[in-house]
Amino acid sequence: MSAVAEILVPGSGGEGAALVLTAPISFWGGIDPKSGRIADVRHPQHGETIAGRVLFLPGTIGSSSASAVLMELVHNGHAPAALVLHEPDAILLLGLIVAREMGWQTPLALRLERDAFEAYRSKRVSVAANGALTTRA
Amino acid sequence: MSLVLSAQEQAVASGHDGTAMAMRIVAESAALLGAPQLIPIASAHIDGALYHGDSGTLFAERLVEGGARVAVRSTLNVGALDLMGCSRVRLEEPARGMARRMMEAYRKLGCEQSWTCAPYQAGHRPAFGSDVAWGESNAVVFCNSVLGARTNRYGDFLDIACAISGRAPDYGLHRTDNRRARLVFDVSGLSASFLGSEIAWPVLGSLYGREVGNAVGVVTGISSHPGEDALKAFGAAAASSGAVGLFHIAGVTPEAPDAETILADNRPETVIRVTPDMAAKARAGLSTAATLNTIDAVAIGSPHLSSAEFDALERLIGGRRLRVPIYACTGRHVLITLEQSGRRKALEASGVVIVADTCVVVTPILPELGNGVLMTNSGKFAQYAPGNTGYAVLYGSLADCVESAVIGKPRFTDIAA
Repeated sequence: MSAVAEILVPGSGGEGAALVLTAPISFWGGIDPKSGRIADVRHPQHGETIAGRVLFLPGTIGSSSASAVLMELVHNGHAPAALVLHEPDAILLLGLIVAREMGWQTPLALRLERDAFEAYRSKRVSVAANGALTTRA
Repeated sequence: MSLVLSAQEQAVASGHDGTAMAMRIVAESAALLGAPQLIPIASAHIDGALYHGDSGTLFAERLVEGGARVAVRSTLNVGALDLMGCSRVRLEEPARGMARRMMEAYRKLGCEQSWTCAPYQAGHRPAFGSDVAWGESNAVVFCNSVLGARTNRYGDFLDIACAISGRAPDYGLHRTDNRRARLVFDVSGLSASFLGSEIAWPVLGSLYGREVGNAVGVVTGISSHPGEDALKAFGAAAASSGAVGLFHIAGVTPEAPDAETILADNRPETVIRVTPDMAAKARAGLSTAATLNTIDAVAIGSPHLSSAEFDALERLIGGRRLRVPIYACTGRHVLITLEQSGRRKALEASGVVIVADTCVVVTPILPELGNGVLMTNSGKFAQYAPGNTGYAVLYGSLADCVESAVIGKPRFTDIAA
């Protein structure tokens, strides 16, 4: 299966196992900035890691430090392989914009309709720099 | 509609210094959000000086090296260290040094050393209707809702970029139409005793945030102004359980003399009628501890305690000695008054640990216990403590928190919703 998504923030292509979150998350407080592990005990995917994954986000909540957590994950090598959102997230994606200004290599952020997320669950997904998403067997 | 920068903004953005970098970050964010232009801002509140890792320190130092300075009044949110030396922060080197470098870099950028998440109680109160760029979710929601100044939820780094460039993207809550309520959150079905209690505000805030997400709503059914600290608690809880940037309370907050006036098209798209059962479930949902037998610590002050909240704490303790410590988080604006009146010593003698410039969920202050239990009256602490501190949470009123700390085990007063 493949689709070409709109690019929200340009970056490097990548590949990883899809992680489709079933609830919005607060990056600050919800994700460990050292490892990318989901630390929010109330989140349905608590214990999973976003590091190296193609992360499908149904939305973000909470703290305005989400950008700082994402930038830290970019800097320490634990960022997702790509981020897929249904709408631009003003706070989170700032982490990528600033990391690019710092000259660091960042993952792509793409826009895709939310009801398209499910098709990628449990799949390995390759993301090209032009926004093409392809599932691998 | 694509972003158009003025000739002057373009000239700044094409430079090679720190100001140019700040302007580019603001412009790129504006383009991402679909803003047509940038607007001038009157002030900023900067959440970016809290250490989450080395990347944020390196960014702030890059701005300093580039000669950047803030163009508008800019207060600082909490940092990772207690610079006043009230409490011991267990942040080890090299993180400690990087956190200090970060705080120092923001000082060099010209920010005020306020170090509080309640800048609006530390003398930073922008005028009604003015455009500002504030970070820290509770400060954003208070600024919009209670002061009637206009800000979006500025993420870390965009706040300082706006402060340096003096500009913000023209979108979202800066625009009058987007400040109108789309839904009604009706609490008139709850008991007067519950609505008059301290826990009503954090509990309802937590429920409100979960119900509305990032929509703008108006709360109806509140008969009198509950006081600024109650609105502070409501907003903080709502902004941590949801993505709330602005709420209205009919007859209380400045843009909502009544519900009709603030509703878009004078009628709601949705009406949420809060039932006692919904409020009871929201209250229960703030606790995560499996049992109600023990507590290891009490934490209050998210957002930072006001002088009035310290008065209440002192009154409830009544000179008794605590068996379990109460970590009371506040800003230096309140600490100074506590010191001048000699009250800091009395509180500390009872067993209160005052935490200044920072708080217990943003930096390691609580003792490291494998399975500790933290009691709190703060909806925001209840939201973040499990993930950030490893402590399970018990939620209760300030009175219950104090009694529990005195007797050394949890005590709850039932207040029927």
